[in-house]
Amino acid sequence: MSVTPAALSRNTTVRGPVTRRLLTRPELGAVVGALAVFVFFAVAAESFLRASSLGTVLYASSTIGIMAVPVALLMIGGEFDLSAGVMVTSSALASSMFSYQMTANVWVGVAVSLLVTLAIGFFNGWMLTRTRLPSFIITLGTFLMLTGLNLGLTKLISETVSTKAIGDMEGFPAARAVFASHLTVGDVRLQITIVWWLVLIAVATWILLRTRAGNWIHAVGGNPDAARAVGVPVDRVRIGLYMGVALGAWISGQHLLFNYDVVQSGEGVGNELIYIAAAVIGGCLLTGGHGSAAGAAVGALIFGMTSKGIVYAQWNPDWFKFFLGAMLLLATLLNAWIRKRAEAPS
Amino acid sequence: MLVAALVLVLTACSSTGGKRAEEERERAGGRAAVDTPRWTFAMVTHSGDGDTYWDIVQSGAEQAAVKDNVEFLYSHDDEAGRQAQLVQTAIDQKVDGLIVTLAKPEAMEAAVRKAVEAGIPVVTINSGQDHSTEFGALAHIGQDEAVAGEVVGRELEARGHSKALCVLHEQGNVGHEERCAGVREGFGGEVENLYVDGTNMPGVESSIEARIQSDPDVDTVVTLGAPFAPTAAKAVRQAGGDAEVNTFDLNAQVARGLKDGTIGFAVDQQPYLQGYEAVDLLWLHLYNGNMLGGGQPVLTGPQLVTQDDAADLEKYTDRGTR
Repeated sequence: MSVTPAALSRNTTVRGPVTRRLLTRPELGAVVGALAVFVFFAVAAESFLRASSLGTVLYASSTIGIMAVPVALLMIGGEFDLSAGVMVTSSALASSMFSYQMTANVWVGVAVSLLVTLAIGFFNGWMLTRTRLPSFIITLGTFLMLTGLNLGLTKLISETVSTKAIGDMEGFPAARAVFASHLTVGDVRLQITIVWWLVLIAVATWILLRTRAGNWIHAVGGNPDAARAVGVPVDRVRIGLYMGVALGAWISGQHLLFNYDVVQSGEGVGNELIYIAAAVIGGCLLTGGHGSAAGAAVGALIFGMTSKGIVYAQWNPDWFKFFLGAMLLLATLLNAWIRKRAEAPS
Repeated sequence: MLVAALVLVLTACSSTGGKRAEEERERAGGRAAVDTPRWTFAMVTHSGDGDTYWDIVQSGAEQAAVKDNVEFLYSHDDEAGRQAQLVQTAIDQKVDGLIVTLAKPEAMEAAVRKAVEAGIPVVTINSGQDHSTEFGALAHIGQDEAVAGEVVGRELEARGHSKALCVLHEQGNVGHEERCAGVREGFGGEVENLYVDGTNMPGVESSIEARIQSDPDVDTVVTLGAPFAPTAAKAVRQAGGDAEVNTFDLNAQVARGLKDGTIGFAVDQQPYLQGYEAVDLLWLHLYNGNMLGGGQPVLTGPQLVTQDDAADLEKYTDRGTR
């Protein structure tokens, strides 16, 4: 995808008839897929459509979505992050262990964890811009280092592989209210993560569509050299995107900590691929330059509906991963097909 | 920002909980009680990274090693092929005793036989009871999973339950299948399996919640690992159900759950004993030619613990020995 200064000045929306504009929306494939999955499980599992089930499905989707949204932004910017899964665990561990070891109010731990997590994100972005190594290598390195640090430091400091319970410490109830409480709307019980998720989608969409930074992200992902040539601060954009992922990891990590009180240091491995898959199902290109935050959110919703739908339908979950893999391929093919149709001269 | 954080640290100390409270509690410790030669024992398990259960096994083994004047080496890998390689490195180091788990016996057979041929006494722990003597090991220390499952099933029956949900947190783990099958065996009612992804706690929570919502007849949930019990209790509460949560294994949170009644009972296979007895058995064998259990499997569980035991258990789980 080549980027001209004209394209930079406004987003890549194709001007034309409504249908054509709709077809070029990156999240179209995902929305169609989500509707199909929804109808499928609505028919297959009678309890899927209950109000209480809705809350459960949304919760499962939000825990993936909180990370899928910043990961999608990063992918639109042309990079990806393999350390995103364990970074969530690192963030929770940092918060818990700092509060406990210092016998401090848990909010101190929460603040320290924010600094630590953002520093990890900064490290990823800074290494990338300094070394020019592929993000695959850099974040794979970070992923392995964090996995080791999570285990090693936790064992060294706590003397066991999980953290101590901090539920009886000062500030815990307030922190739990912010990161792990729930609201009741009618019969539906909505976890606070859903609110965090919606806020992230809104902020990310605003950044992408309404700000200069949004144009920069598209430009950097589409063609970094052209972007640099027209004065886009490519390095700063990349570092910012990695720190965005870190921010998501911090929110998820604090949710884990305050929801379960204790953190297991070996958790989180493998989740990074789920975030990436959700973003790709949502229409983000692995090559960068194209995608949307809303699409990634729909991708996360597909994951949430599928993983819980199988439980509601009381099926053997041995097939769950197969189902997801097939969906990933189908969504990607659908996206590619739609784009080809949309870009073809009419 | 850093300065601000520092100021916060200095001013905002928690007066409840935290490390300082912990330090006031007693600690387990000790020194060598014997003057036998400094033997070296190696333990190689199939534990994954950061597994709390194996942490307790290791802690028991280390405690026994201190007392028996033994140099204790620990390594683990959840992939069978690499676990066998670790056994090989122990043989290469010419250790005086070897403790292994046989979660995947076929993959471990050659390595264990090689150790036996090299004259290293081998003890198997936790899993692999059926293959232990066949491969030439001296003894097996562990819990029979099927028996443990049956104990749980009978207890569920005695508590008047009719439909149980058995939550498996590792798909493809044979021991987990055996546990749920055992529950089915000992229990008069219906038992359904629910597979969840153990490395994704919110996923575990929402899956259990989803199942309870879709099946209100479930009146008890059985988790196969301690970290999942409090999560299951939470999920049941959120689904608006009143199913009782019971669990295999123990940790500090489960002890607290037993105490406040959010968890009904736990069966403990006493991992501390598995580590401790394995080291002690090897020492006794080298020093005195003894054989604990006379060559029969030595069972470390299942021990059923309820609210009555909770007060003591809390003390032990907090220091990581139960």
